[in-house]
Amino acid sequence: MKNIFEKYEDNWETSMGGWFPGEKVILRGKNVLTELNDYRWVEYLLFGITGRHSPRIARLIEGMWLICTSFPDPRLWNNRIAALAGTTRATGVLGSAGALAISEATIYGLKPIQGVSDFLYRTSKKIANGSTLGDVVTSEIKKYRGIYGYGRPVVDQDERVEPLMAFARSMDAGNGHYTSLALEVDEYLSNSRYKYRINASGVVAGLLADEGITPEELYHIATLTFTAGVIPCYIDAVKKPEGAFFPLRVSRINSEGTAEPRVWGK
Amino acid sequence: MTESNKKEQITTKIWREVAEDDNPFAAAACYCSGFDVYGDLLGKATYIEYLYLLFKLEPPAEHQKNLLEGLAIALANPGPRDHSVRAAMNAGVGGSTRASALIASVAVGAGNLGGGREVYNAVQYWEHCGNSLSAWEERINNPPTEERADVWQPMEHAPGFDPNGASCPTPVRQTLDYLVGVGRSDALTWLQQNRETLEAYADAPLAMSGVAAAVFHDLALTPDQSEMLFMLLRLPGAAVHALEQEGLGWRRYPFFGDGLKLQEVPPGESEGDL
Repeated sequence: MKNIFEKYEDNWETSMGGWFPGEKVILRGKNVLTELNDYRWVEYLLFGITGRHSPRIARLIEGMWLICTSFPDPRLWNNRIAALAGTTRATGVLGSAGALAISEATIYGLKPIQGVSDFLYRTSKKIANGSTLGDVVTSEIKKYRGIYGYGRPVVDQDERVEPLMAFARSMDAGNGHYTSLALEVDEYLSNSRYKYRINASGVVAGLLADEGITPEELYHIATLTFTAGVIPCYIDAVKKPEGAFFPLRVSRINSEGTAEPRVWGK
Repeated sequence: MTESNKKEQITTKIWREVAEDDNPFAAAACYCSGFDVYGDLLGKATYIEYLYLLFKLEPPAEHQKNLLEGLAIALANPGPRDHSVRAAMNAGVGGSTRASALIASVAVGAGNLGGGREVYNAVQYWEHCGNSLSAWEERINNPPTEERADVWQPMEHAPGFDPNGASCPTPVRQTLDYLVGVGRSDALTWLQQNRETLEAYADAPLAMSGVAAAVFHDLALTPDQSEMLFMLLRLPGAAVHALEQEGLGWRRYPFFGDGLKLQEVPPGESEGDL
């Protein structure tokens, strides 16, 4: 029998951390109450995810979250969950939890955020191995019909890119290898028949890759990134009458299915 | 709201509504794939038949109904040791909202190990391999890989098989035998006949997720539909176990008080100030 369960039964060996009731809390070997108590919250989040303590990266992350991902517009798909939860008078946390879960989307959110970081690392490696940027970009588009981090639903231009770069420059960032690569891909695409332009997630991935953040780390760092825009949408909807959030009349259903009435059992 | 915004619509093949005379925001009649849900289907169709109709847009034949009915019972309660049910009970013992119990259960029951994603992958295997043993052997030995990073972890075992199993558990075999008997199912019959060979390829026994995948494939459900329906069918157990533990409270529920053993942090996993 190859069962591993007996070894793990009532036995979770970990160096990640734990709570020792009435005594101490440990994260990655550090005492939270005495060694990490001066950390800012994002520094603590970053340390938990990466094991690194870097006020600089934490500040970069905080600025990016504010500029890019906390738009309190209830029409945005994830925010809309919070607004719908508000209009149905569900709880705020349930609205936020639903919004958080659907933020792992393909056309925005977590998949592009992780995906473009992964793209930049892979592209850099391929170029180092002799490929041209044009070849890599073209084959990526051919294979996946697009590139995470480039292009955007609703509008082509991303108004967040400039403020993001301005913020990065204020932090003495924005000139690193991966950020440059991200902008070179944008330049290549803008001169090609593809109409994709870089979006904020492409810039964020470049900036944080230059700080050594991996795609997987970026994914975890970005998990809560939309929350500050989500919660106001719930608060707003709760203040308005029940059910009032973009109500849909029956005629708003466009049925493309069976038009002829059918009778069950016949 | 502009006039053009008013015209934005939800497009659906599943549903049609007729408005009440006194309220354009309320439906007087609702049709699911042409059937009047409240005027005709209610009282005639069973729940399982309606569930099938929602996914397939056609009523099931007798053997398809029996397959889905049997699977629904087999999946309804994985029992309180199952990861997804444990998630729901954690909500219960802490006094969390009932909704959070179901959310937690779906989240945990979504994964590659015994969850929705495993079924999604297993149905893809069925679509690729069908009833060809050599195709299954090849696929299990050389599973598809993806160059791009994904939010899903890569599979660590052959989908539909239990990497921590010893032999195929009795309930899995009982379910398979029953469904073969009622389902007139090619996939299930083939699975029953070749189970041990496939288990040898996978180096793991068949799991309930593997039986479910065969049923879904036989009902011609897509991997996406199968993933969704599998998660849906497992919720009743999560709900009742969460309610039960809510009543019993955290003191009578495992906390694994002596279970956590803190280790030294390996070099490189916790750096100082940068």
